[in-house]
Amino acid sequence: MKKWTPYLLVSPYILHFAVFVAFPVVFSVVLTFHSWNIISPMQYIGLANYEHLFKDRLFWQAVWNTVRFLLVHIPLQIFVALILAELLNRTVRGASFFRAAFFLPVIVSGVVVTILWQQLLSYNSGILNRLLTAMSVPRVAWLDDPAVAMYSIAVMATWKNVGLYVILFLVGLQSVPMQYYEAADLEGATNWQKFRFITLPMINPTIFTVVVLSTISGFSLFVEPYIMTQGGPMNTTLSAVMYIYRQAFQFYHMGYSATLGFCFALIILFVVVIQRRYVEQEV
Amino acid sequence: MAQTALKYVLLILAAVSFIYPFIWMVSASLSSESGLSSLTLLPVGFTWSNYVTVFTKIPLDRAFLNSSFVAILTTGLVLISGAMVGYALAKLDFVGRDWIFYLIIFTMTLPFQITLIPNYITMVRLGWVDTYLALIVPFALSSLSILLFRQAFQSLPQALIDAARLDGANEMRIIFQILIPNILPTVLTITILTFMGLWNEALWPLIVIRDESRMTMPQLVTLFSVGGRAEGQLGVKIAAAVMLAIPIVILYLFFQKHFIRSMASSGLKD
Repeated sequence: MKKWTPYLLVSPYILHFAVFVAFPVVFSVVLTFHSWNIISPMQYIGLANYEHLFKDRLFWQAVWNTVRFLLVHIPLQIFVALILAELLNRTVRGASFFRAAFFLPVIVSGVVVTILWQQLLSYNSGILNRLLTAMSVPRVAWLDDPAVAMYSIAVMATWKNVGLYVILFLVGLQSVPMQYYEAADLEGATNWQKFRFITLPMINPTIFTVVVLSTISGFSLFVEPYIMTQGGPMNTTLSAVMYIYRQAFQFYHMGYSATLGFCFALIILFVVVIQRRYVEQEV
Repeated sequence: MAQTALKYVLLILAAVSFIYPFIWMVSASLSSESGLSSLTLLPVGFTWSNYVTVFTKIPLDRAFLNSSFVAILTTGLVLISGAMVGYALAKLDFVGRDWIFYLIIFTMTLPFQITLIPNYITMVRLGWVDTYLALIVPFALSSLSILLFRQAFQSLPQALIDAARLDGANEMRIIFQILIPNILPTVLTITILTFMGLWNEALWPLIVIRDESRMTMPQLVTLFSVGGRAEGQLGVKIAAAVMLAIPIVILYLFFQKHFIRSMASSGLKD
């Protein structure tokens, strides 16, 4: 083996890192100080993009929309995934069938799931409202009511992703030693106590993984609101990525769009760090 | 007893709620527009017209070929680059190795929102907008693939490599002819994760491709669905969505366990 062989082998990574990670990160910082429509030359504007961002109601609305999405999506995801994993744990007949079924929405494109749910949630002909009508409950404007639309999307996203988290929790649950439960049984612990004081602490790392993964996927929300509501009604489902996309490709505000991306990435990193601190202390 | 019964009732209810919508989708796509709001499992007023409409309005067959070409070629590149870098990190000793390893970890935690716009500008500067290169090159290497390969190579004995070197094999032969056959499960995992991600990706193609004949399936179906061309006909949109789902669902039916295991291993990575 020649001395430079290792460097030759890692060169694809170095090249890719330089072009698609290091350069864009540096360039995005440069862009935040410029106004640019990509055709005419870049124009230095100092901190104007940042000033604009702090006053930009729509950006903060988009961030708030994402937070509202996460506040429903994450607890729901953990709750449903834990229940399904608990039901599947301890050798159920047909467990592999159930797992495969729960996993089906995970593998298909968000585009497919969104088009499907657009019909399920449709006000006039949607299956959900037809079920409600059949039970003589008034229909809900799932996607047209500004107070409801984002939560409808959060429920849909849970339906799409929960299968993956069921599997992660199953792995976590199966790693809890049976002796712990046997010992608890001898002490006369209730099912709830066993869940609260044995299962929950043991699967805490998995819960953390689920929180972080769904936070990151929530902050990446784009195609679902883009297809379902185009950000409406009244911008209540406008996601941050959608807003970045709009600024860049509808208005050609490249500098401002890069500023949005940069600040939004900082918000994401901040949230994930906070979660790490908080969730690791919990339980 | 009652508890077991309850358990199965809940599990079956859950399974139905995940499977039934897909079955409904297929049957709705084969129904006439008036049959769309029914809940049945079989098409109401059977017709192929939704599919005929989709194919006359958008070049979905072309998009299928584009998606397949891009996803297969890129997956191949991800495997090759991942194996090379992963092998060097796992089995070779060189100055800067740990540094590169930490860089890869850092890359994985970096939110894509920060690089999205600059990367688009790179594509414009390189003249890659509306070409396959824009869909392939930025995805030709994946940090996750490198880490999975590194882990798999670490588990292989050094003796395997030493013996091959004595026989005069160069490093590329060692990686691709001698070591890879021993870590096929890892190769399968990376193949599934990469292919699935590429097949379903909609945002990046929406940004770099404008020419309809270069579009991938999720992009074309997205634009068709939000644009006016579906003319509000739900059946047609659903037919397009079914066409987008079918290839990956077929793969899933064949490689079910591998799909689940691969996704789980990627989720547990962080």
